[in-house]
Amino acid sequence: MNQSDVAHLAGGIGAQGVGASVPRKEDRRLMAGQGQFVGDLRLAGMWDVAFARSPIAHGVLAGIEKPGGREAAVFTMDDLPGVKPIRAVSSLAGFKPSDQWPLARGKVRQVGELIAACIAPTRAQAEDLAQAVYADIEELPAVVDMRDARLAPPALVHEEWGDNLFLESFVDDDIAALANAPIKLTRHIRTARQCMSPLEGRGVVCQWDSRLDQLTMWSSAQMVHVNRQGLAECLGLDQGQIRVISPDVGGGFGYKGILLPEEIVLAYLTMKLKRPLRWIEDRREQLIANANCREHDYDITVYAERDGRLLGIDCEATVDSGAYSSYPFSACLEAAQVTSILPGPYKMERFRCKTWAVATNKPPSLPYRGVARTGVCFALELMIDAIGRATGIEPIEVRLRNVVQADEMPYDNITKKHFDSGDYPRVLNMARQAIGLDAVRARQKAGAADGRRIGVGFAVFCEQAAHGTSVYFGWGVPIVPGHEQCRARLTADGVLELAIGAHSHGQGMETTMAQVANQVLGIAISKVRLSHGDTDKSPFSTGTWGSRSMVMSGGAVAAACKEMAKRVRQIAAKLLDCDAAALRLSDGQVFEGDAARMSLADVAHVWHRAPQLLPADIDPAGLEVIAGYKAGRDTGTFSYACHAVVVAVDTELGAVEILDYAIAEDGGVLVNPMVVDGQIIGGTAQGIGTALYEEMPFDENGQPLASTLADYMLPGAPEVPSIRIAHIETPSPYTEFGQKGIGEGGAIAPPAAIANAINDALSDLGVEISESPMSPKRLLAALAAARAGAAA
Amino acid sequence: MKAAAFEYTRPATIAEACAQLVASGGMAKPMAGGQSFGPMLNLRLVQPESVVDLNALAGFNGVRDEGRAMVIGAGVTHAAIEDGRVADPTCGLLPQVAANIAYRAVRNRGTLGGSLAHADPAADWVNTMLLIDAVYLIEGPSGRREVASGDFMQAAFSTALADDEILSGVRIAKCGPGTQFGYYKFCRKVGEFAEAIGAVLLDPSRGVRRAVIGATAGAPHLVQNIAAVLAGDSAAIAAEVRAAGCDEPYEFQMHAVALQRALAQARA
Repeated sequence: MNQSDVAHLAGGIGAQGVGASVPRKEDRRLMAGQGQFVGDLRLAGMWDVAFARSPIAHGVLAGIEKPGGREAAVFTMDDLPGVKPIRAVSSLAGFKPSDQWPLARGKVRQVGELIAACIAPTRAQAEDLAQAVYADIEELPAVVDMRDARLAPPALVHEEWGDNLFLESFVDDDIAALANAPIKLTRHIRTARQCMSPLEGRGVVCQWDSRLDQLTMWSSAQMVHVNRQGLAECLGLDQGQIRVISPDVGGGFGYKGILLPEEIVLAYLTMKLKRPLRWIEDRREQLIANANCREHDYDITVYAERDGRLLGIDCEATVDSGAYSSYPFSACLEAAQVTSILPGPYKMERFRCKTWAVATNKPPSLPYRGVARTGVCFALELMIDAIGRATGIEPIEVRLRNVVQADEMPYDNITKKHFDSGDYPRVLNMARQAIGLDAVRARQKAGAADGRRIGVGFAVFCEQAAHGTSVYFGWGVPIVPGHEQCRARLTADGVLELAIGAHSHGQGMETTMAQVANQVLGIAISKVRLSHGDTDKSPFSTGTWGSRSMVMSGGAVAAACKEMAKRVRQIAAKLLDCDAAALRLSDGQVFEGDAARMSLADVAHVWHRAPQLLPADIDPAGLEVIAGYKAGRDTGTFSYACHAVVVAVDTELGAVEILDYAIAEDGGVLVNPMVVDGQIIGGTAQGIGTALYEEMPFDENGQPLASTLADYMLPGAPEVPSIRIAHIETPSPYTEFGQKGIGEGGAIAPPAAIANAINDALSDLGVEISESPMSPKRLLAALAAARAGAAA
Repeated sequence: MKAAAFEYTRPATIAEACAQLVASGGMAKPMAGGQSFGPMLNLRLVQPESVVDLNALAGFNGVRDEGRAMVIGAGVTHAAIEDGRVADPTCGLLPQVAANIAYRAVRNRGTLGGSLAHADPAADWVNTMLLIDAVYLIEGPSGRREVASGDFMQAAFSTALADDEILSGVRIAKCGPGTQFGYYKFCRKVGEFAEAIGAVLLDPSRGVRRAVIGATAGAPHLVQNIAAVLAGDSAAIAAEVRAAGCDEPYEFQMHAVALQRALAQARA
């Protein structure tokens, strides 16, 4: 018997509803090594797949030689007749889609592109085969740098395009009107290409069921219905012939929302061979071929008054989108988002922005937690600090003078983003207070005892989440979110079974969705079971992305539970011979007035096992509910936060230590504040990686230079400080409980806040860093350049 | 990735191990803690026909007191040194260095001899052994030989060991009273291989004054003009850093700073 049952017997289940920091239900298995991931599956007769991958970034694939005598265990694109390429389109004007063949055909366009699938009883044996595959590739010049790709292309990634541009987008404005602005600052800002690094990589197991005429795919995925849709399109199957199951997933971050060529190949070969097949991505494949993201380049100019008031922004941004448009978000999302979100939480008179999504011979750039926001926040917030330095105004003051004020909410900004609610200045002031700005300034004047330089930096952002139909239909990509649904059933013994189309890969939804049920139905969370990540069991959904699950699936769970409550009360009213309106549900009981008359289990027992007690006119829909939900306005919720950080910079080694980190955040009503804090801390750790460590460099031939975690540096526990978080809760006017999506925010602000802190520490040396990660090498180079500049 | 197939043996004596290495005709690789070798196998950077596991060799992880020196077996783990489970002849230097190698999980299995034979320039022991002038004890089919500290590591990942020889241990002179040392390594993050290492040992009782510049592109550099370096002569330090092969501005800066900080530690 667990704790909540005891509390139940004692006469109440305690606070388990919206706002309660209850421990996560799923941790019982996850923290004890009892989770079940794709890699834990063992099917009888299952073989492993290893892929022969291109060692060349760009070339004509003239031929493939299979290892002699083992041809039957090696498959190329020619062995997959009828399979279509992955084609992630966008309806934005001028967008050029790419054909990504599951196995290379005609050309290779990135190192690590799949060339052949090799099957064997063990992975090691399959790798023996892959090692023996020879690909005859006539090498072409590699398109490596995104600016070169656009301005002086050494080659065309997709010849038929005539250039290397997936998409150009442009928001025009009369910037010339600002020509006489007293402050005009221009910078070139860059963010490095990164690699998403969930603890668990991708993994796929496929099995054919001849009885059901159905392929079952277990995939470490965050959007199973979208996987199914994409698979059906590429394989020419009915969607009903495919079942995708996502079991426990060790982190997604966007990477696991992508339809992989590996998934298509395994599905096809499983059907062809009638043998279960498995591919478990290893870290090397993930790093060199798959999980790339975040590479942006900005030429940005800001115009301001001497009092720090922002007048306008003029920006040209290039996004390195890599070789292919990946499914379903396409190569348009990242760059086009830059155009629409660059103004951040600020007011301004004019905004002009041109962006290019550029094709290069590198892995596709995928949406990573925060998507374009991390780069955008870096570019804009560095400029805000530059305004502070140029005007002599504390950077936090510059922010306070420019953010949307509380009494202006809801607010439509210059790019027509609709900020739903909030008090941005209050959060800025909370962060200022939490980091102790005045004390840090005093400490800076005194100087650090060990000779290091102290700096303090801030970064603020607002984060559109749970965007709905009105936002997405305009992109014209393969998914457009509509209504979100939940299926609910109350079993005969009083257990609530919920099924949702979103998927938890670390977010704790088995707990938080149960808290929503508790809030509406009064049922103990121990009596709620969540089914998700299975196309056969869950209602259709675009899945978990864009920080939408708590708003959308949480809303759907509430809708289903409201309907369930209505039906429970109707049945109870018949049994108790009273008016349903006089009954309320609480603590797992049906109350009439202050008296508990019967339990939810009693009601459910009658419906399922003693229907003879029910009158003839009872609602035949019973205790099985499907209910749908859409937010009152579907332009998204806007959570926001201000990150504040104090660093010590060792100017001899270029090393940066984070001394203090504080966050003030408004995520609307928090369903489980402890889970929210976990999301923020995890995201911030990733943001620290972006700021100081993570970088996927390529040489001039397009060879990735960080192929193991010895070279691709991730922050570990010692590199992540204790992070202090303060909340305010301004309810969203458009969601069920006033909750807002907050899943990505932690990863957005850290690079900007840390860069600003470093620049604060080094400003009197004339150093201003504008490229992430801020590695020792970059810092020493910037210090040396500043010294040379001072000497000249 | 998974390793290509290989034979696996676990000999009980060095003679047996050497015989297996000889019999393989250069196609076998000896393995100690496997902390670098294991990943290399999995990445298929090495594909030996057989792996000779040295961990069961008699006396491989033993320690012998020879009076003025101690012999530490090649199979002694970093953790055993860190924890003081083997006697320390260096007045605290070895445990301090051991405690900062990679992560505890690596230290539990990784060995002194394995690290030395692997000869990664950025690893700690190759630099430390040069600093303390350890003598390398090598056994092979034609018997035993000893190699001086400056002659063992020849280049990155290259040593004086022949394919059929095994490093059985190192002989380390005992430091005397008044010994001072400095060991500064700069890592991008905790547990990573070093970007730069500076190390200084001063043992007035034996008249020892040595300094090493490590984590370079090749074998560690023993400071030649030790008097000038100890005096803090920046031109002398710069010359030594260049002599260590660190000409590129970033490399130069980090190695010069590491050496200066090690000097400051030793003087403190």
